[in-house]
Amino acid sequence: MMKFRFRRQGADPQREKLKQELFAFHKTVEHGFPNQPSALAFDPELRIMAIGTRSGAVKIYGAPGVEFTGLHRDAATVTQMHFLPGQGRLLTLLDDSSLHLWEIVHHNGCAHLEEALSFQLPSRPGFDGASTPSSLTRITVVLLMAAGNTAALGTEGGSIYFLDVTTLTLLERQTLSPDEVLRSVPDDYRCGKALGPVESLQGHLRDPTKILIGYSRGLLVIWNQAAQCVDHIFLGNQQLESLCWGRNSGTIISSHSDGSYAIWPMDTGGSPTLQPSIATIPYGPFPCKAINKILWRNCESGGHFIIFSGGMPRASYGDRHCVSVLRAETLVTLDFTSRIIDFFTVHSTRPEDEFDDPQALAVLLEEELVVLDLQTPGWPSVPAPYLAPLHSSAITCSAHVANVPAKLWARIVSAGEQQSPQLISSASSWPITGGRNLAQEPSQRGLLLTGHEDGTVRFWDASGVALRPLYKLSTAGLFQTDCEHTDSLGQAAEDDWPPFRKVGCFDPYSDDPRLGVQKVALCKYTAQMVVAGTAGQVLVLELSDVPTEQAVSVASIDLLQDREGFTWKGHERLSPRTGPLPWPAGFQPRVLVQCLPPAAVTAVTLHAEWSLVAFGTSHGFGLFDYQRKSPVLARCTLHPNDSLAMEGPLSRVKSLKKSLRQSFRRIRKSRVSGKKRVANANSKLQEANAQLAEQACPHDVEMTPVQRRIEPRSADDSLSGVVRCLYFADTFLRDAHHGPTMWAGTNSGSVFAYALEVPAAVAGGEKRPERAVEAVLGKEVQLMHRAPVVAIAVLDGRGRPLPEPYEASRDLAQAPDMQGGHAVLIASEEQFKVFTLPKVSAKTKFKLTAHEGCRVRKVALATFASVACEDYAETCLACLTNLGDVHVFSVPGLRPQVQYSCIRKEDISGIASCVFTRHGQGFYLISPSEFERFSLSARNITEPLCSLDISWPRDATRARVQESPKLSQANGNPSIILAPQSRDGSPDPTLKGADTPELPESTLSPMSIDSATSADTTLDTTGDVTVEDVKDFLGSEESERNLRNLTEDEAPTCTILIK
Amino acid sequence: MNRSFHKSQTLRFYDCSAVEVKSKFGAEFRRFSLNRHKPGKFEDFYQLVVHTHHISNTEVTIGYADVHGDLLPINNDDNFCKAVSSANPLLRVFIQKREEADHYSFGAGTLSRKKKVLVTLREEGLRRRAHLDISLPHDFRPVSSIIDVDILPETHRRVRLYRHGCEKPLGFYIRDGTSVRVTPHGLEKVPGIFISRMVPGGLAESTGLLAVNDEVLEVNGIEVAGKTLDQVTDMMIANSHNLIVTVKPANQRNNVVRSSRTSGSSGQSTDSAASHHSLPVAHVLQNFHPDEMESDEEADIVIEGTLEPQSVSKMQGTPSGSLSRANGSSLAHRLQRDLALHNPGRESHGSIHRLLCSLKADPRHSLVLPQGGVEEHGPAVTL
Repeated sequence: MMKFRFRRQGADPQREKLKQELFAFHKTVEHGFPNQPSALAFDPELRIMAIGTRSGAVKIYGAPGVEFTGLHRDAATVTQMHFLPGQGRLLTLLDDSSLHLWEIVHHNGCAHLEEALSFQLPSRPGFDGASTPSSLTRITVVLLMAAGNTAALGTEGGSIYFLDVTTLTLLERQTLSPDEVLRSVPDDYRCGKALGPVESLQGHLRDPTKILIGYSRGLLVIWNQAAQCVDHIFLGNQQLESLCWGRNSGTIISSHSDGSYAIWPMDTGGSPTLQPSIATIPYGPFPCKAINKILWRNCESGGHFIIFSGGMPRASYGDRHCVSVLRAETLVTLDFTSRIIDFFTVHSTRPEDEFDDPQALAVLLEEELVVLDLQTPGWPSVPAPYLAPLHSSAITCSAHVANVPAKLWARIVSAGEQQSPQLISSASSWPITGGRNLAQEPSQRGLLLTGHEDGTVRFWDASGVALRPLYKLSTAGLFQTDCEHTDSLGQAAEDDWPPFRKVGCFDPYSDDPRLGVQKVALCKYTAQMVVAGTAGQVLVLELSDVPTEQAVSVASIDLLQDREGFTWKGHERLSPRTGPLPWPAGFQPRVLVQCLPPAAVTAVTLHAEWSLVAFGTSHGFGLFDYQRKSPVLARCTLHPNDSLAMEGPLSRVKSLKKSLRQSFRRIRKSRVSGKKRVANANSKLQEANAQLAEQACPHDVEMTPVQRRIEPRSADDSLSGVVRCLYFADTFLRDAHHGPTMWAGTNSGSVFAYALEVPAAVAGGEKRPERAVEAVLGKEVQLMHRAPVVAIAVLDGRGRPLPEPYEASRDLAQAPDMQGGHAVLIASEEQFKVFTLPKVSAKTKFKLTAHEGCRVRKVALATFASVACEDYAETCLACLTNLGDVHVFSVPGLRPQVQYSCIRKEDISGIASCVFTRHGQGFYLISPSEFERFSLSARNITEPLCSLDISWPRDATRARVQESPKLSQANGNPSIILAPQSRDGSPDPTLKGADTPELPESTLSPMSIDSATSADTTLDTTGDVTVEDVKDFLGSEESERNLRNLTEDEAPTCTILIK
Repeated sequence: MNRSFHKSQTLRFYDCSAVEVKSKFGAEFRRFSLNRHKPGKFEDFYQLVVHTHHISNTEVTIGYADVHGDLLPINNDDNFCKAVSSANPLLRVFIQKREEADHYSFGAGTLSRKKKVLVTLREEGLRRRAHLDISLPHDFRPVSSIIDVDILPETHRRVRLYRHGCEKPLGFYIRDGTSVRVTPHGLEKVPGIFISRMVPGGLAESTGLLAVNDEVLEVNGIEVAGKTLDQVTDMMIANSHNLIVTVKPANQRNNVVRSSRTSGSSGQSTDSAASHHSLPVAHVLQNFHPDEMESDEEADIVIEGTLEPQSVSKMQGTPSGSLSRANGSSLAHRLQRDLALHNPGRESHGSIHRLLCSLKADPRHSLVLPQGGVEEHGPAVTL
C-alpha cells in the first residue's frame, strides 16, 4: 500500500528529549476499597494488614501512605494469607491450592512487594497423580508455626503436611496422617468413620511444639510436634467450624456448624476429654446458622471477649451479616450491610504478656473495612484514614479541584469534623500503623469530588497516596422523597433481641434515583458550588461555617421554550420542601433552579465572579443569575425530528429499540403461525411460551454477522440536542472588545456562543450592582462533521488557557494576555479544532478519528512541568479515547506528543469515569469501589513512598529503608514503567547535570515549538494519504487563494465558510 | 488520434517562451501570443479574448484543442495553465456564445472527423429527447471516482465517494470477516473488514464501484489491518464527506480487462503509463473547481448573532417563568428572525436572502433532512 506522510513528527531530537522530560506514564496507586476482597491478614509486630482479592491481588496497608501492591500471576482467588511476623513476608494460599511467598524487598535501589516462591502440594504419596482426587490434597488451613520457619498445612483428606517456609519445600517425613491420630482415639469414637478435613490448626502461644488440630467431624487434638505424639484429645461430636486457644492455654473454644460454641477445659490428664465445660447456642433455641470463626481474648481488667461471626437464627435473621462481640454480660450484634470475609483483633502477642487486651476489632466485609475501638466504652467505630468505600452509594460523577487554597481546605475539614465528631477523637486510635510514609507533604492540596446516586457529594483529600474522606454533602434533605417514612418505621419495628447495631456506611440502596448527582462544579475561591442532578435540579450552594436555618429560593426554567408537539414522558421533578430548613455547617443550598422538563442535567458550569450558573440537559441550556435570583437565558437545542429526547430518561432509547425488535419478531411469528392456527386457547399459550423461549435465547439475533452502517451523522440523529459542555470565558466575541461570554456545545456538533452583559462590580466591592445580566447570541457554529462537542476552552494571546474566575484578579495566576489574538479550542468526539476569535475562522485542527479510528471521550487542558528544569512547563491537551488510550497534544498547535494505553477498551465504565487533573494526573474507576490514579507528567507523580522496619531471621535484625514504586497493577493491565525516577517535583540531580547543556534551547517558550504557519499545520495534521493531497500541498498557496475568492463570492457577510 | 496538429507544427518558437494563440469566434480568427511560463490568470485571459474579438458584452465560453484533438474548456486558472503549457506550439482557442454552447459538447473526439458521426448521433439523441439542457461540465458534481490506478496493484481498487452535497445516503455496511493472504509461510487467514450490504439506491451502490464482500484495505490511506470493526466504522464516518476506500474487489474479473483509454480526459490521475493497467473507469467529470473538491475540508457554518442585546428587560417581571422564545433553534428559523429583527443598515437584505436560498438549496444546510436512521453515538451522559 502506498502511504504518504508529510514531515513526520519526532524527527527533532531536541523535542524528543523535551518530551521525555515532560511526559511519562505511570499508574501509581489505587484509591478506595479493593474490589471483591477474599482474605485478610494482620502482622501484629509490624502492624500492617494485608487484603487479598478474588482477582489474585495482594495489598498491604500500614500507616496512611504506606501501601504495597502485588498481583499473583494466575488470577485465582486468594483464600488465606498469613504474615511471617516481623519479617515483611506473607504466605498466600490461592483457591487452586498453590502457596505463594511474598516479600517486601529491596531491589536495584528501589523496593516493592514481590513474589519470592510458590509451591503446589504434590498428590498424596502412594497414589499416582491421576487417580488421587484433587480434593484429598486440597489445602484447607495453613498455620505458621512459631518455632522456626515451618508451616503446617491441613488438607481436605485430613492429612497435615509440614513445609519449610524459607524454601517452600515439603518436610516429607513429618507428614501427619489421620490414621496416626486415630490410633489414640477410643474405638467407640472411631466407629469406622473418617475424621474429615482439617478445619482448624492453631499454634500454642507459649509452647511452640504444640499444635491444636480440629477435624471437621469435631475431634480436637493437641499434637506435640517435637515428640511426634498426641498430647490430648477432645472428643467433640459437632461439626467443627473454627477453634481458638485461650491466652493462658487453659481453655480452648470451638465453634460449630449448628450455631453453637463450646469451651473446653485443658486438664493435663491423659484420658480424652469427653464433654466441653460450656456449650451454648447464643442465638438459640431455634435452628441457627454456623459460627464460621470465633476468637477468645482475655483482658487485664478481668473477663474476656468472645467475638464470632455468624450463628444467627436461620429463619428470622439468616440473611444478616453479623459479627457478635460478647464481653461478660454485654452482647452487641454488629449488623453489616455486606458479607463478612474475615476479622481479626489487634492485641498484644508477646508471649510474656498475661493478657491479650484487645485494642481494636477489624472486620473485612465484601464492600468495606470496619474497625471498632474495643477500649473505648460503647466500642465506637474508628473512621478509616484510607480504604474508604467510594461506592457506599454508586458513584455517578467525579471532579477534581487542584491547588485548593489553604483557607477553603481548612473550612471543608472543619465542616467534616463537625459532621462526624469521632473523626478527631479517634483519629489517633487507628490501629494499623506500620511503616513510615516517606513522601513529602504534598506541594498543593487536591480535592476529589464524587457525586453519588443517593444525592450526596463526597469530598476527598486526593493530595497524597491515601484518599481520605473530608466531608459529605447531602442534597436529599432539600427534597421530599417517599422513602423516608418507611425507613423510620422499619427501624422502630425491630426487636431489641438480638441487639443489632448498624455498622458501616456501605448503603447501595438509593432512596430515589432522581436524587442522583450528575454534575458538580466548585469555585475554590468563593467556596460556592453547584450540584446538578438526575431530575433537572441545579443547586447553588455556599460554604457556611455555622449552622443556619433558611429557606431556599426556587426558580424554574423552561428549556423547551414553548416548542410544540412534545410531551415529557420521563420522571417527575423533585418537589422541594418549602419554608425555612435547618442546615448544618458546611455547604448550604442558596438557590434551586429546576430545569423543565426535568431531564438529567448533562453539563454545568459556574462563574462565581459573575454570579452566573449555566446548565444544560438533553433539551437545551439555561443561564441563571444566582445573585439576583433571576433567569437570564434559556435556549432549546432540540431538533424537531428528535423524538427520543422527549421520551424521558436516556435508558429508554435502548428499551425502545428492544421493544421494536420484539414487536417485529411477534409480527413475523404470527405470520408464520397464522397459516396453521387453530382457534383454541392452547395456541395462545404456546405462542407466549415460544416467545418466552425466544427471549431467553436470542440466537436469531446473534446469528446474523455484526455489521455497521457507514453513514455520516445527520442533523436529526436522536438526542442531537443534548448539551455536552458549557464554558464561561472573558474573551473576544464581538469585534475588538473582550467581555464575558458563554459557550455551549451539543451532541450534534453545534456550538452556541453568547456575549454576556454583566454589570461591572463597583471598585472595591465584592458584589456587583443590582442590574440585570443580558445575554446576546454572538456566534453559532455548526461543525460539519456533527460529532458531539466534548469540551470548549478559550486560549489567550500566548496560547494558554484562560485562568479560572478570580485567579487573575487575585493574583493567583498569571494574568491572561488580553491584547487580542484569542482562540477557542473546540474538542469534538472526532477532532480538535482551534478557531481564531472573534472571527471564528479555523486555525489548526487535528482529526483524531479520521486517522486513528478512535473517538474522544474525555479531554482536559493540563500543565506539564519538566523534570529537568524547575520552571519550565507546557500546557497541553490530554485526551482519553474510547479505546482507553491517552493522547497528549500540544496547544495550540495540536500536534500529537505522546500516546499511552491506559484503560482496557472493554472497560467502558472505567473510561466513562476518567477525570484529569490540572497537573497531568488522572483518576478512573477500576471497580465500583476503586479509583486508579495515573500520571502523565514526568514530574508530578503521587505514589507510595514508604519504609518498613523489617527484621529477618536469617541475618539478625536489620532495619531496611525501602521504597516501593508500583510495578504491577492489582487490577487493570499491568504496564511497564520505564522512566527516570524522580519524584515529588524535585528535579533529579543527575539528570539535571546531564541535561544542562541543552537547557537553553529547550527552555524556549512552548510557542516556538508549536508555531507554524497555518498551511503547514494543516498538512501536518491531516496525515491524509492520497495523490490528491500531494497536489494539495503543491498547490496549496494557489488553492487557498482560490478558496478565498470562493468564499468572498459565495458567502454573504454573515456566513463564513471555513477551510 | 494524434493527427492534425503535428503536421502544422513549426519549430520556429520551439525554444521560445512565447505561445502562439489562434483564437476562433464564429468565422473570425485572432492571433496573439502568451508567455508559456507565465500565462497569467484565466480572468485576464478571458478579458483579453473578449477584447480582441470585440465581444465584451456577450457571455462566451472558451475552449481549446488539446494534443489529442479533443475540445476542452478553459474556464479556470488550472485548465488555462494546462492549455498554455501543453500548446505544441500553437494553442487553438474556440469561442462560443454561452447560449449556443449548451448544445455543444466538449470532450473526446469532438474535433476528430472519425468520431464526428458518433458525436452528431449523440447530439441528435439529446435533441430528440425534448431538448434536455445539459449544462457545462463544471456544473456537474462528481459522485465517485477510481483513483491512483497507476500506483495500486491491479487487484486493488481505490474508490472515492463524494458525499459532498449529495442527497443520497452513502449506503453501505461493513462487517468482520477473514481474508486469505499469501505469506512466505504459505497461505494465512487473517481477519479483515468486508462490505456486507449495499443500500439500494445509495451512493455506494449507484457508483457500481463497490460491491458486497469486497475487502476494505484502507480508509483514506490508513490501513485497516489490526483495527476493529468499530474503529473502521468511526474512521469511515469521520471521513464520510470525502471517503476514499481501497478495496480488494470480490469479483476480480473486471481487472484483467486491459482496455485502452476510454477517453483523453484531463484527469489528474491518468497519464500514459496508467493506460496500461487502467481499471474500468467510471465516467468522471474532472473539470470542477479544484478547491471545491480537492480539499477534504468540510466547512463549518458560522452564523453571526445580531449582537444586539435581546430585550431581556421585559422578562424580568417573571423571573421564575419561561423566557420568551427569542431563541428558535432551527437555523433557518433564526435567520428569518434575524431578517425580521435586523436593522437594515448593517447587512443588505440581499445577502441574507442569498444565504437563505443557499441554505434551502444545499441539503447539507437544510435541517429537514431525509431520514438518516439512528446511528450510534457516544453516550449522552458521561460520568
